[in-house]
Amino acid sequence: MRSLYRTLTRDDLRDALALAAALGVVGASFGALAAAAGFPVGLTLAMSLLVFAGGSQFLMVAIVAGGGGAAAAVAAGLLLNARHLPFGLAMGDAVADRWPARLLGTHVMIDESVAFSRARGSGPRARASYWLCGALFFVLWNVGTVLGVLAGSAVPDPAAFGVDAAFPAGLLALLLPTLRHPDARRVGLGAAVSSLVVSPFLPAGLPVLIGLAGLLLLPASRGISEGESR
Amino acid sequence: MTWAAVLTLAAGTYLLRLAGVVLRNRVEVPERVERYVDLGATALLVALVATAALTEAGDFVGWARPAGVAVGALAAWRKVPFVIVVVLAAGTTAGMRALGVP
Repeated sequence: MRSLYRTLTRDDLRDALALAAALGVVGASFGALAAAAGFPVGLTLAMSLLVFAGGSQFLMVAIVAGGGGAAAAVAAGLLLNARHLPFGLAMGDAVADRWPARLLGTHVMIDESVAFSRARGSGPRARASYWLCGALFFVLWNVGTVLGVLAGSAVPDPAAFGVDAAFPAGLLALLLPTLRHPDARRVGLGAAVSSLVVSPFLPAGLPVLIGLAGLLLLPASRGISEGESR
Repeated sequence: MTWAAVLTLAAGTYLLRLAGVVLRNRVEVPERVERYVDLGATALLVALVATAALTEAGDFVGWARPAGVAVGALAAWRKVPFVIVVVLAAGTTAGMRALGVP
């Protein structure tokens, strides 16, 4: 573990802390919202500890608070989290070499830790970044949740701080090096357009999955020639 | 009943995460498929950025958030350090909202 940390730069740590701080703020707003919606404290903390996927946590609280059934809330949350399966495929053994560590690392797989790690390639620095982010984000998200539950309505609306703009901007910054490749740019453009076009008509989560349609824009000839070369 | 819901969501989410990792480890993936998996992750992340930047529950989110993301994107493109990118994006959006822009 110590060697993992040596492969990270001071910048890696600073960047991860910036995202972690923003996650902490959102975590606090989740705690406050769940408390306001009448969720028991234990249940709210368990969600942040065991689910650890912010979007689905907010969605579940919103659906249950709005009088929706528990089954509907679970289904909506799982649909929103379905993108983690292809994320896991892409990360694969970048998480860890051995199974106990892999099982642990799998739990802290979120959009930000995946993007942060991928922005650092696929070597030791990518893996160290993944664990750094995973650990920091998990701790800050849960500390934020606890503080939010305790502070309740005293927690200001995070929208006032523009935190909702920080995440897409941060993710985009992490994606920019990848998007310098023409194929990735083409796929990304297709993904953005297809997900936006369907977003008014589909439940949360599906539009992002529809973004995979961007893969259709890959030049077919390249794919075939690579297939033949193996 | 809600505890059951939370535990089901937790277990389901963990299994979704694990399924990808296990599949990748168990199956020998041809190079071409690996390329699709890799670009697929990029596609999902870009789709996430696009929908998070512009929409809220399927509707246009208002101007403040996309403006902040655009400022952040411009800064990132100009190779401004990541922390500043995040702060600029949040600051722009917060400033616009303080001025009454939704």
